Amino acid sequence: MTKLEALNICKTLDGLYTLDNISLYLKEQELVVIVGPSGCGKSTLFHIISGLINPDTGRIIIDGRDHTGQTGRVGYMQQKDLLLPFRTVLDNIALPLVLKGESWQEARKKAKSYLSQFGLEGFADYYPRQLSGGMKQRAALLRTYLFASDILLLDEPFAALDAITRHKMQKWLLSLRNQYNPSILFITHDIEEALLLADRIYVFSPLPGRVVGEFAVKNLTDEEKSLCKKQIMQLLNM
Amino acid sequence: MRKSANTAHKLAPIITFLLLLLLWEAGVRVYQIKPWILPGPLAVANALVKETPLLLTHTAATLLEALSGFFIAIVLALLLGIILNSSQLLHKAIYPLLIISQTIPLIVLAVLFTIWFGWGITPKIIIVVLVCFFPITINLMEGINSVDPDQINLFRSMGASNFTIFRMVKFPSALPAFFSGLRIAATYSIMAAVIGEWLGAQKGLGYFMTLKQKSFAIDEVLAAVIIICLLSFLLVKIVDLAEYFLLPWNRIEEIS
Ligand SMILES: Nc1ncnc2c1ncn2[C@@H]1O[C@H](COP(=O)(O)OP(=O)(O)OP(=O)(O)O)[C@@H](O)[C@H]1O
Ligand SMILES: [Mg+2]
Repeated sequence: MTKLEALNICKTLDGLYTLDNISLYLKEQELVVIVGPSGCGKSTLFHIISGLINPDTGRIIIDGRDHTGQTGRVGYMQQKDLLLPFRTVLDNIALPLVLKGESWQEARKKAKSYLSQFGLEGFADYYPRQLSGGMKQRAALLRTYLFASDILLLDEPFAALDAITRHKMQKWLLSLRNQYNPSILFITHDIEEALLLADRIYVFSPLPGRVVGEFAVKNLTDEEKSLCKKQIMQLLNM
Repeated sequence: MRKSANTAHKLAPIITFLLLLLLWEAGVRVYQIKPWILPGPLAVANALVKETPLLLTHTAATLLEALSGFFIAIVLALLLGIILNSSQLLHKAIYPLLIISQTIPLIVLAVLFTIWFGWGITPKIIIVVLVCFFPITINLMEGINSVDPDQINLFRSMGASNFTIFRMVKFPSALPAFFSGLRIAATYSIMAAVIGEWLGAQKGLGYFMTLKQKSFAIDEVLAAVIIICLLSFLLVKIVDLAEYFLLPWNRIEEIS
């Protein structure tokens, strides 16, 4: 079943033709990764899907309904953790629930019950500045998940982490995914990361961003994956 | 080792200060400067003690004006912050005027206020408000405007309204800057009240100083100056203390 669809999205930003007729889809419980060169419009596409900006042409369909330009439907984790420095970890995570109308008390209680699965046990009352990079990303991810548990847009969530932490986080994301079964659209620069996480991969061209390749990589053998990697690298001119 | 260096750092300004006082006292004595030109620090201290009851009543008047003006300025700054945040157009229309308004010489306004509002407390409070309003507002607005747009986008993506974003993101983010503004305003507030009183009043430290200056009681004028310094310092410390307790998160250093 199709969860989310972007249909013929075009966008010009400040006179710069950024997205050229992007069409892609995300099925229920699928993890789809978008790889593409820096500046090719990946974040812009997420801004459009989340409703923050309108596309010039094209539509965003979620659960069969038109959501073009409408915010508040998907969980969007941007490239930075964007935790509020003046709120505790728990309050940061509970905030989306409050925005959706729950009381602080309920929201905190609910948020608290997820802390251990997200590796934040015992850090509820810390401020974001007191967390490591990996913990900040997990907190941001939990906040995203609590806002919209069914569709998550993750924009290079692990890019700023060191290699060891990143690898741990990737594994952790996969286990989390098995537990909660959200539909995830995931942006990365890192082809290895894409092959490790994805069910399907879209490859974007340099500016203006276009879909130049699509690879179903679920259940592929290591050999087949390395073949995919070669093809993707070719598409990206690497 | 570290600790003794720290105490040395703390003592250094105090020792410098005492040395300067000593130099002053010695200079006045050696050159036999007339007390109605420049009294020594001992004479000033003497005057301070002798006139304490009178000085206290005038201090109370000045403090009342300064604090009233300070609080009114805070309220106005917050209101303006909310209003300017609500509309891009209003922001564009008003913010530059705010900056330009600072080029108006305050002393002229102070004279005008005395003409318009008489010798009572009102013109003094208005002057304090004018002086305090600007640093508070500018700092608040700078704080609000320097919030990461992506942070705002995050809340917009979660469907938050403009006002919710102001309340939950912009205003709290701007609080450290807001407190910097408060600190500057606190320093100026006493001085502004005194200037207002200087131009015509029936009580207050500024009034006291004009009287004493006319009778060449410079030691008493300087005694009032000491009180003004102490009051200003005290207000700044109170602001610091409030910030310390209200913004606990701001004391925490970034670890990564
Ligand atoms: N607000 C904006 N106004 C104008 N141009 C913008 C704006 N934001 C981004 N751009 C430009 O649009 C293009 C696409 O930006 P975008 O952030 O979507 O790229 P990206 O693929 O996410 O890059 P990266 O991988 O480096 O994050 C870039 O060339 C960028 O300079
Ligand atoms: Mg990006």
